[in-house]
Amino acid sequence: MSDTMRPETLDQLRDAVAWAVAEETPLEIVARGTKRTLGRTMQTDHTLDTSAFSGISLYEADELVMSAGPGTTLAEIESALAEQNQQLAFEPGDWGPLLGQPAGMGSIAGTFACNIAGPRRLKAGAARDHILGFKGVSGRGESYKSGSRVVKNVTGYDLPKLFCSAYGTLTVASELTFKVLPAPEKTYTVLVLGLDDEAAARAMALAMTSPHEVSAAAHLPSGIAAGSGVSYVREAGAGVTAIRVEGPGPSVEHRCRALRALLAGFGQVEELHTHNSLRFWRELADVVPFAARPDLQIWRISVAPLSGPAVAAALPDAAYYFDWAGGLVWLGLPPAPDAHADAVRAAVAATGGGHATLIRASADVRAAVPVFQPQHAALAALSRRVKEAFDPRGVLNPGRLYPGA
Amino acid sequence: MQMPEPDKAMLARRAEIVAALRDIVPGEGVIDAPEEMKAYESDGLTAYRTLPMIVVLPSTTAQVAAVLRYCHENKVKVVPRGAGTSLSGGALPLADGVLLGLGKFNRVLEIDYENRCAVVQPGVTNLGITNAVQDRGFYYAPDPSSQIACTIGGNVAENSGGVHCLKYGLTTNNVLGVEMVLIDGTILHIGGKHLDAEGYDLLGIIIGSEGLLGVVTEVTVRILQKPAVARAVLLGFPTSESAGNCVGAIIGAGIIPGGMEMMDRPAIHAAEDFVHAGYPRDVEALLIVELDGPAVEVDHLIERVAAIAADNGAVYNRVSQNEAERLNFWAGRKAAFPAVGRISPDYFCMDGTIPRRRLPEVLTRMTELSQQYGLGVANVFHAGDGNLHPLILYDANKPGELRKAEDFGADILRLCVEVGGVLTGEHGVGVEKRDLMPAMFTEIDLAQQQRLKCAFDPDGLLNPGKVFPQLHRCAELGRMHIHRGQVPFPDLPRF
Repeated sequence: MSDTMRPETLDQLRDAVAWAVAEETPLEIVARGTKRTLGRTMQTDHTLDTSAFSGISLYEADELVMSAGPGTTLAEIESALAEQNQQLAFEPGDWGPLLGQPAGMGSIAGTFACNIAGPRRLKAGAARDHILGFKGVSGRGESYKSGSRVVKNVTGYDLPKLFCSAYGTLTVASELTFKVLPAPEKTYTVLVLGLDDEAAARAMALAMTSPHEVSAAAHLPSGIAAGSGVSYVREAGAGVTAIRVEGPGPSVEHRCRALRALLAGFGQVEELHTHNSLRFWRELADVVPFAARPDLQIWRISVAPLSGPAVAAALPDAAYYFDWAGGLVWLGLPPAPDAHADAVRAAVAATGGGHATLIRASADVRAAVPVFQPQHAALAALSRRVKEAFDPRGVLNPGRLYPGA
Repeated sequence: MQMPEPDKAMLARRAEIVAALRDIVPGEGVIDAPEEMKAYESDGLTAYRTLPMIVVLPSTTAQVAAVLRYCHENKVKVVPRGAGTSLSGGALPLADGVLLGLGKFNRVLEIDYENRCAVVQPGVTNLGITNAVQDRGFYYAPDPSSQIACTIGGNVAENSGGVHCLKYGLTTNNVLGVEMVLIDGTILHIGGKHLDAEGYDLLGIIIGSEGLLGVVTEVTVRILQKPAVARAVLLGFPTSESAGNCVGAIIGAGIIPGGMEMMDRPAIHAAEDFVHAGYPRDVEALLIVELDGPAVEVDHLIERVAAIAADNGAVYNRVSQNEAERLNFWAGRKAAFPAVGRISPDYFCMDGTIPRRRLPEVLTRMTELSQQYGLGVANVFHAGDGNLHPLILYDANKPGELRKAEDFGADILRLCVEVGGVLTGEHGVGVEKRDLMPAMFTEIDLAQQQRLKCAFDPDGLLNPGKVFPQLHRCAELGRMHIHRGQVPFPDLPRF
């Protein structure tokens, strides 16, 4: 059991990191701690808990901006936004249950630090596209800030983007500022039933290259579709390809009709209206198909959209589904000491580019297997220098991303 | 505005450096005659000019890598340049540095419609990408006003925006990957056709790094299908306050227009005199609101916007009836800079961003400053995202007036920061706003940014004198002051 420090002021936070620097003792950085099994297994004697920095400090709906402490739960933020008919457009999921944690506890800092993004990623961007600024403490034990509260800002390097995907290895945030956007009035989903993976990828590409502003495109093979909480999907008895449109009522109805016509040649076409659509896409954002399968090791793979099916085909033992029009492959495999890492990464490499992250596996597996996509030597060296620029003594989540970063 | 003193020892080695660069880039790719280098002496910020020591125009990534490696080994400074349209002096040459022009990298390498991306060389113009993909109904979304001339490499360096970025994002939201050469000649590939590169978001910091971190030699961009219909509405208001309120009300109603621009009276008049866009002359503020998407959506939203405008006191309302009229509405706005250029011998284009609701107060104080300095100002404004472009009118031939215009501009940008905004929304810091950085950032903030630069360029050879007001050695920046044995706050909650 490691010693936990829970600072309540910025000065205390800074002193805690400065102390770790002086002692050269590494810290595990947590906000709510629901994603602490995400990443390489670390050796730390002390935990720095930022959950005391909690709550929304600024929300101006008509300026499309919000600031919150790192420990603020995503649930609290989404509930405040819903009151103003707004949302986080990058549609972050709740990965708590996927990682064996309770639902509704994940923090906003974890969401940004792990660059979580849901099905709308392909239209609206990821967490990194919505962060505007932060205040926090570097691994040097110095408090500093970067970015701002306005959406358009090129003053200095875009360090807020670097905060996203850093998994807490560069800076401990004390406040995050991010962009919020109006929630759509209506959400419809066109379902095409019975497609195999290749046909589904072509159908999704056709929808995405149409002018109908598709905001999500996913394909669930029949076994995954059968587990959905949405009856139309669960009872399809076949693979389900889903295409989402959002916006004002008349526009959504029009585009839904147009997409049904466009995709009619692929197979039987159905549609979901707002209530069922919201439930369906929330399941995918929360990775419910694999939260329900705790027996599997879980990979998250990003490739060019048309390459998704080839990755799945190369791994015959895998359960899988596609999001991001085929570009995101969620994949579950029976447990193995090496998590099938070589086979997974060979499948990705064969498509010509992309990356695979081991999202869920036991601590000993995550200690032995590269959790994040191994980088070429020059890129790995640059990543280490970036780490040193923020955290020269390696006190913030050391080794969580890569050895030395 | 001061640039670092040229290094005389470096200038003395000029002939040797020219010879070495000619070995790397044969033929006409190395320019050393002053009259030929004159074309490169400034960028879009023409108030500042310097002849570079040498101009080199490589045509392959291998040549770029060899040039940078040579410069790194010989401690020669390098200023990268695209089309030279920067408005902040980002490509201003150094008298003792090599100007590295990417103009020969002008090919579209691959268009992948089904994966919705294109791979292009950095010297391809912004509009050139759209031109290459538009026969299939696609376009590249960010559209800076200089899009005919500016290059995607420059867009990457500056994280360029444009009038449509409220809905479609800036360069950083539309680039998937780059090939980049570091100062030591290392060639890196970051990202690709997939989303979200692995590891640290290096793409996120390279975009907008103003040529200080590396030289981009290939860019993978997202391309989008063109919206089925776009229509614009002109809305005139008796006060800028009522126009500002209207913008807030439109967004508050959940509508994100494709574009939403504001012009003040001087800008309206200058534009109308120049291109005859049909703008009303008797209003204090004009909004151009563009809605795009399926016709049924656009018609629906135009009605809602018109109703919101009426509620907010609009005295003029005209919806574009066809594509020619829509383009005419935009012609006035897009020509606002040259239009102002006609009514004043010189002008400075500023680029601060403010929280939108502070607009009336900022405009009032800008008018006071205008009277105080005795210089005119016209305002165009990306109203949706709070990005202001005050155009300061001056005459460089009048002694002291350039200095006065610089001071006026600095006061405007300090005002932007004071109300919660930033020094630059899309033009970059460059040399223009370099010395104002301490108005927005503490020494610690700036030192942390410079440490990141050290990770890419430890000798500070890439574009020195830009962005950061003071040059620090990386060794000095890396030093730490450690207070050993200090216990974190004794009352810190521990478990």
